[in-house]
Amino acid sequence: MSSLSAVFASPLSAGELFGLFAQFLVLSLLAVGGVITTAPGMHRYVAIEHHWITDAQFTASIAIAQAAPGPNVLFVAVIGWNVAGPLGALATMSGILLPSTALSLFTSRWGAKRRETRGMRAFTTGLTPITIGLLIATGWVLAQPYLADRGHAAGALALMAISIVVMVKTRLSPMWLVGLGAIVGGAGWA
Amino acid sequence: MTPPSDPTLARPASPAELFFTFNRLALQGFGGVLAVAQRELVERKRWLARDQFVEMLAISQVLPGPNIVNLSLMLGDRFFGLRGALAALAGMLLVPLFIVIGLTVAYGEFSRIAVVSGALRGMGAVAAGLIVSTAIKLSGSLATNRLGLPLSVAFALVTFVLIGLLHWPLTWVVPGLGVVAVALAWWRLAP
Repeated sequence: MSSLSAVFASPLSAGELFGLFAQFLVLSLLAVGGVITTAPGMHRYVAIEHHWITDAQFTASIAIAQAAPGPNVLFVAVIGWNVAGPLGALATMSGILLPSTALSLFTSRWGAKRRETRGMRAFTTGLTPITIGLLIATGWVLAQPYLADRGHAAGALALMAISIVVMVKTRLSPMWLVGLGAIVGGAGWA
Repeated sequence: MTPPSDPTLARPASPAELFFTFNRLALQGFGGVLAVAQRELVERKRWLARDQFVEMLAISQVLPGPNIVNLSLMLGDRFFGLRGALAALAGMLLVPLFIVIGLTVAYGEFSRIAVVSGALRGMGAVAAGLIVSTAIKLSGSLATNRLGLPLSVAFALVTFVLIGLLHWPLTWVVPGLGVVAVALAWWRLAP
């Protein structure tokens, strides 16, 4: 990946960097249900419209962020870095975080004062089951590429089952499970 | 902001404790932080009860932006206002940001080694299992949901089928089902 040389060889102009920032600013407000849902919009802007990075670089950006510790939103920083180095990462991350951060703080304060009102209670009561349904769907969608690969499906399924049982039945840190996954996968069993 | 009223719950001593707690849970979160956040904030630190966690998660999920980042902002803000929100945000993002950029730079060197790509696959499968386990643990809150068990299970299942199996766009499903569920809840909560 030419990310390091990109810093020096082909930095975006100030106007292009601002365009990148503005695009992610808009995507932030559309990212209902998680930032990953706006990945197609990001791909369109940086890979199709502007050809700043390739499709493969875009996909790799998401995979790297998933393999690293931390919230999934960091894939946005990796995309920015691959487009324009440190300034690119700054543009995409501040773009994606500013609107949603302001809105979260505002909503949280507004809601905290009204927590016991019938409207707020109806809001959280109604959305809780949907949140749980979304979580199961996320787990399902994340598992699909591993289960579709016939040669490794049994190992991947076993890893998932072990993870679920250990997390539900014990207080072990999930880090040990991720380590187990790395060993089992690295050995070629999953 | 109103602190949690449940006497068995604890609270962070300072914004610095928020920073280090969120940093710790972010660094444990491979393939997403949610499962770790539930374990740390609800089971270990006891800053939130299970039902408060799922409520806060529900709100951060309908708000735009990264869910877990929104949740950390709200929790920090609840305890220490803006300072707390920024401490939680920095804890969540700062160190992981340096790690992921470092990995990006190193990626070209190692991606073709089979052991590395295999290890990533194994970690990915575990990450999927962790998300499902979090859903299972939080589903206990459905039993006390004022919609009633049958209705709330039905809403969770329909959401799973539409998003997970049929791949309908979230921007339609969540507001669409959400309006119906909130309206029903409003009716059930009638004094």
